[in-house]
Amino acid sequence: MKTVIIQYNAGNIQSVLFALERIGVEAIVTDDEEQILQADKVIFPGVGEASTAMQYLKQRKLDQLIIQLKQPVLGICLGMQLMCKFSEENNTQCLGIFDEQVAKFKPVEEQLKIPQIGWNNIYDLQSNLFKGIENNAYCYFVHGYFATKGKHTIASTDYGIAYSSALHKDNFYGVQFHPEKSALVGEQILKNFIEL
Amino acid sequence: MLTKRIIPCLDIKEGRTVKGVNFEQIRDAGDPVELATIYANEGADELVFLDITATNERRKTLSELVNKIAHHINIPFTVGGGISSIEDVQFLLKNGADKISINTSAFKNPILIDQLAMEFGTQCVVLAIDTKQESDGNWYVYLNGGRVKTNTLCIDWAKEAVGRGAGEILLTSMNNDGTKKGFALDITHQLSTQLSVPVIASGGAGTMQDFADVFNTAKADAALAASIFHFKEIAVPSLKQFLLNKGIPIRI
Repeated sequence: MKTVIIQYNAGNIQSVLFALERIGVEAIVTDDEEQILQADKVIFPGVGEASTAMQYLKQRKLDQLIIQLKQPVLGICLGMQLMCKFSEENNTQCLGIFDEQVAKFKPVEEQLKIPQIGWNNIYDLQSNLFKGIENNAYCYFVHGYFATKGKHTIASTDYGIAYSSALHKDNFYGVQFHPEKSALVGEQILKNFIEL
Repeated sequence: MLTKRIIPCLDIKEGRTVKGVNFEQIRDAGDPVELATIYANEGADELVFLDITATNERRKTLSELVNKIAHHINIPFTVGGGISSIEDVQFLLKNGADKISINTSAFKNPILIDQLAMEFGTQCVVLAIDTKQESDGNWYVYLNGGRVKTNTLCIDWAKEAVGRGAGEILLTSMNNDGTKKGFALDITHQLSTQLSVPVIASGGAGTMQDFADVFNTAKADAALAASIFHFKEIAVPSLKQFLLNKGIPIRI
């Protein structure tokens, strides 16, 4: 079993690596095309800003590489958003794997802080990625933009609006929350991904 | 529903946990990694580590500790204390910290907030403010661990910092810190309701009701405490159950 974390200018690579270590999975961090193509599982992390990240991926042709991957791929946070079609964050054309769009949270009521930071529920869980996870389990989120709900939604969360906290299409999976920081629930989701 | 966060804070000196009463009189409260793991397993929502070491070996000792913590705990954590440059932050994030907190260095050089937000994203920039209510009734910003008074109002500095890219505010009331008489509800309420980013209330927690008050009355997004957790006066699981029973959104 070979697990690869795609190396690019994302902030949470180290945390993902440590979380995998805790569940007994050795992963390598690389942007090498061959290594990524040969991996059994690919994790596409992400913390940061959409247009800068897309630009970085394009310069290294990682954008073309990611969309042609056939093994299970897990996008985390910005990683998941970049797998969508389009992000309102600096009007960025993204990878287009998921049809869902990425929009900015709007403070519908006074008390809604943006970005959303903290633990929120995930519900309507519809994938093996959530095997053993209870409906309404808590995960840790940090984000100012969200993926709308659509046909690829496999988990939802409410923050002013109901949005996609996870997406799935073919071999591609994405989670908006940070499984690497979501205590035992997060570790179970990472285990489930590795066992897909 | 987004929950209110309970955040144990560990003050670190030369790799060990300490807690001062009114910023002085330090007592040893144990091994930080061991304590952090216990808190994470007990259901703490996040952890904050504030380093008060003042030696030349500081960066090395701290980054080793951060690396060890990051390997062991599965919840987010913030590291603060003596951070004054992009390089300091890079070092800590590279070793696995999720967020960093800055205080005096940001006040003296506010552009640091812009730079850190640009380089690493606002989500990892926590601005810590030590504030004290003076006899004129106003809350002022204090620097250098509460030793130096400024003439800047807490609310003004908080607003400026958020404008520059601070993603969260960690607000410590010096009037309340170490007293166990409850959080400073008025200044916490002011910041929580006037800022667009989350506010972490700190200083003064003594009873479980104090936490209920800071969430319900002062509208804090998170509450931080140190000694009551370290010395086992309040356990995280019973605190969270208490708050949940009061109808406050809490992760159990």
